[in-house]
Amino acid sequence: MDALTASIPLLVFVVVGTIAVASSILVVAMRNPVNSALFLLLTFLCVAVLFVMEGAEFVGAVQVLVYAGGIMVLFLFVVMLINVRALPDDRILSPYWTGGAVVGAAVFVLLVALVRPGVYHEQNDNPLALRSTTVNARHRVVQPDGTTVRKRYTRQQVVGNSEAIGMALYRDYLVPFEVASLFLLVAMVGAILIGKRELGIDDEDVDPQYIVDRVAEEKEMKEAMSA
Amino acid sequence: MIPEPLMRYLVWPTVKFLVAFVIVQVVVAAMTYIERRVLAFMQARLGPNRVGPWGLFQAIADPVKLMLKEDIVPANAEKVGYFLGPMLPLIPAFVVFCLIPFGPPPTFVVTHVNVGLLLILALTSTGVYGIILGGWASNNKFSLMGGLRSAAQMVSYEVPFGLSIVGVLMLTGSFDLVRIVRYQESHAWNVLPQLVGCFIFLVAMTAENNRAPFDLPEAESELVAGFHTEYSGMKFAFYFLAEYAAMLVNSCLMVSLFFGGWSLGGVIMGRQVGLTTVNLQHLGLLGGVIGATIFLVKVMLFMVAYIWFRGTFPRFRFDQFMDLGLKWMIPLSLVNIVVTGILILAGAGTRYPAMGEVVLTLFGIVVIAAVILFLMKGPKPKARPAGVAHARRVSEV
Repeated sequence: MDALTASIPLLVFVVVGTIAVASSILVVAMRNPVNSALFLLLTFLCVAVLFVMEGAEFVGAVQVLVYAGGIMVLFLFVVMLINVRALPDDRILSPYWTGGAVVGAAVFVLLVALVRPGVYHEQNDNPLALRSTTVNARHRVVQPDGTTVRKRYTRQQVVGNSEAIGMALYRDYLVPFEVASLFLLVAMVGAILIGKRELGIDDEDVDPQYIVDRVAEEKEMKEAMSA
Repeated sequence: MIPEPLMRYLVWPTVKFLVAFVIVQVVVAAMTYIERRVLAFMQARLGPNRVGPWGLFQAIADPVKLMLKEDIVPANAEKVGYFLGPMLPLIPAFVVFCLIPFGPPPTFVVTHVNVGLLLILALTSTGVYGIILGGWASNNKFSLMGGLRSAAQMVSYEVPFGLSIVGVLMLTGSFDLVRIVRYQESHAWNVLPQLVGCFIFLVAMTAENNRAPFDLPEAESELVAGFHTEYSGMKFAFYFLAEYAAMLVNSCLMVSLFFGGWSLGGVIMGRQVGLTTVNLQHLGLLGGVIGATIFLVKVMLFMVAYIWFRGTFPRFRFDQFMDLGLKWMIPLSLVNIVVTGILILAGAGTRYPAMGEVVLTLFGIVVIAAVILFLMKGPKPKARPAGVAHARRVSEV
């Protein structure tokens, strides 16, 4: 019985991992962009399951919430708006496939070197590593003269996975986290600037009189050009 | 005999889920009848009253009709997508019922997950794929427009939907719905300190479900029937079922987060008063049934509120609707989070830990009153005639 219950996680891992790898290959192999997007969605969901299996429920849930719930919807939105039915079948490999293969092999070697057994498992042998954090606590100490003093000390405490991540992000690594969020803010402002084709579109552009003036101006310009 | 871990991890959850599944089906069937009767009452009509006593068997006649209808697949439809479209939204809508506690633990809680609420949010956010896929695969312009509208609507209202819950999470300090409900017994229903959050949640959940006045993906005056224009028979029924199941999920969340879940009573001065979790657990299975009944009654009140909205409010214009979400709801929910955080910190150190929540209640009342006053002032005298898209079109003439 113990062997059965112990092998269930392995079985789930093999099934879900196979689906994840297969669907990520299908993302690039499909000729129809909508199918590609849907297989990417399947990959995200499988990766989320793997996260949950490793004890990182928070990351798994956020993976589904952000990637599957938000980003993929926008992908599909754009793909459907452009409405590309299917790509032509003639060319399978892009002319740059050698470069891609080299980069892929390099990343693979890097990952094998980093995640080789021993280095990776050393930290993760403790299943509570993902759900514990250091907390500040106080305890009473009796002084030599008889009075009691409350002294601070830190200890490792098991909390939930989401609490551990919160502590890591907002306490232990606050400055890197804030720097990263600043970068994201810069990227967002940049994206808005690029997305807004004309600078200075403001409420006055919507003013009917302004539009009438502008149409008249353009008409004059056209007449001047044709004359 | 079945071994104990299998009983605990497989058999009991399956049995509980099947019971929940049947209850959901019954509630959805009842809702089709209740919706038509309540709408008829609000519009001074009779509604369905021919099949059985008071027309009650209409709830059976409708599914039978849908099952017997011809299943039409449009020519040039994307076959796989057309088939998958109605199935996909059903999966998250039903899986989520495994995560919602219907009554006091342990009997009426199917699975107990530490990040339960987050998982519910994640799963419900994937429900939109069926609508987008079905709209695209139908090979119909109106369907595609409905699907695209739905995508835009879901993405932009997902944010206030999630942010409105954050205030509750800060107060209770947990993602666990059971702990959130028990917190409300020892304090107050979260609707009081989180009045603003509750209001945003109410608006966002209506928008997430594509219900009137936010049913723009299926606006019949613009898009025929929107994303399900080309669907008939059982496939249409699946969309219908998924929408009602999602409404039920959101009502359950509303009750658990803001209205005390299965409990009716509280802990006053350290004593259990009324039907609290501890008192219900003392009663055994009967207590569980009582708790689940209280929960169901509260949920049905919000299901009727959906119908009430549909009978009362006219449909929004799409740009107004997006403005409401992006320019009002998101900033308001962010302000709610900041104010909640400040007041929790202010109340934590003092001798009156409930002070923060009292001030939060007052803050909520002030904000809601301000919004109502703002709305009662009426529209601006000079109406804006056009948006930017219109300006561009005119300039291109």
